[in-house]
Order: sequence, then C-alpha cells, then structure tokens
Amino acid sequence: MDAAQAIDDLKEISPQVRDVVVIGADGAPAGSSLTEEPAVERLADGARRLVEAAEAMRPGVAQLEAATLGGSVFVVRDGDRLIAATTSPEPTVGLVFYDLKTCLRSIDEAPPATKPARRRTTAAQKKAEDAAS
Amino acid sequence: MPPRKVVTGFLLAAGSLAGSVLVRRRAARKRERVDLYADDGSMHSFAEGTPEADRLLPIAHDLLRA
Repeated sequence: MDAAQAIDDLKEISPQVRDVVVIGADGAPAGSSLTEEPAVERLADGARRLVEAAEAMRPGVAQLEAATLGGSVFVVRDGDRLIAATTSPEPTVGLVFYDLKTCLRSIDEAPPATKPARRRTTAAQKKAEDAAS
Repeated sequence: MPPRKVVTGFLLAAGSLAGSVLVRRRAARKRERVDLYADDGSMHSFAEGTPEADRLLPIAHDLLRA
C-alpha cells in the first residue's frame, strides 16, 4: 500500500488524529495528511527532534507521546522509519499507538535495488560465440 | 454498634476512597507529560517540570500550534 492510501485509512478509522507525517528510512517525508510542503517539513522536523531528544535521554525509545493541554504528539518508530501524528486532547493512547503502527507497517518499504537483468543466450548465439573463439 | 451502621460506614468510606482516586486520576491526566516507551516494553513517564519533559514539551507545543 502506498503512504497516501495508508494515511487516508488512518484518518478514517482514527478521528482523534489530526495531522500525520510518515518519514522514510532516508529521513525525508514519505507521505502526509498535510498538503502544504512547509507544514509537512515542520511536522517531520519536529518528530525527528522529539525522537533525537528522547533517544539522548533514554536510549532505545520505540515510541513516545508528548501530552499537552492542547493535544498530543505521537511518534512511532519501525526500523529506520517514523510516523508522527498530532491528536486532540486526551486521546485514547493505546488505540492511537496501535493505529499508527498499523499504518506504518502497511506502507510498502522502498523496493530493493533492482538486480541487473540476466543475459539470455540462445543456443544459436552460443554456437556462434563458440565458433568465433 | 448495630451491623447496619457498620455496613453504611464501610460503604461511605469505600465510596469516598473510590471518588478521591477518580478525582486524582482526572487531575493527573490534566497535567502535561511525556511518556517514552522503550523497545524492551518499559515505559517512563515524565510530568511537566521535570528536565526530560521540559526538553520535549516545547517541541510538542510548537507542533500543535501549527
């Protein structure tokens, strides 16, 4: 599933979620519910800063919630990828984490580097090559 | 003391205890905090005013202001 579809599904099943951004293994935003590029960058940058600061305090952080009176910010890590979301105040924490993990895991990983195509040699070509050598 | 009064007193005490627990829980939820969940399943919660929360909460405020 691509990131846009996964984020649409997340927004549909989780009305508490406001804005979402998915950050790929390369550190760049791979998808978002936000439409404006600066807003996407801002959310992605904030998510990265949260994870870096959390990691500096407690190494091995897999997910975090920063709860404020105006809403919460969630960040979930899956390998090198991240998903971050803002929610309304007092969200159902377990449910939001579950939905974010499901969303992130449903997004296809970047396809592996393509192998060079194998050279096919027909019997006739092989005979010609053998004759030439 | 008649058993009925004992039961009433016990129920009142239990009710007020349960009420105070609920009020405390709601009050705790109203405070800002940061919860960090580690790979090993452990969780650390930092309430506002702690150095950890004071480092992370401004970033969250910034993101939620947008």
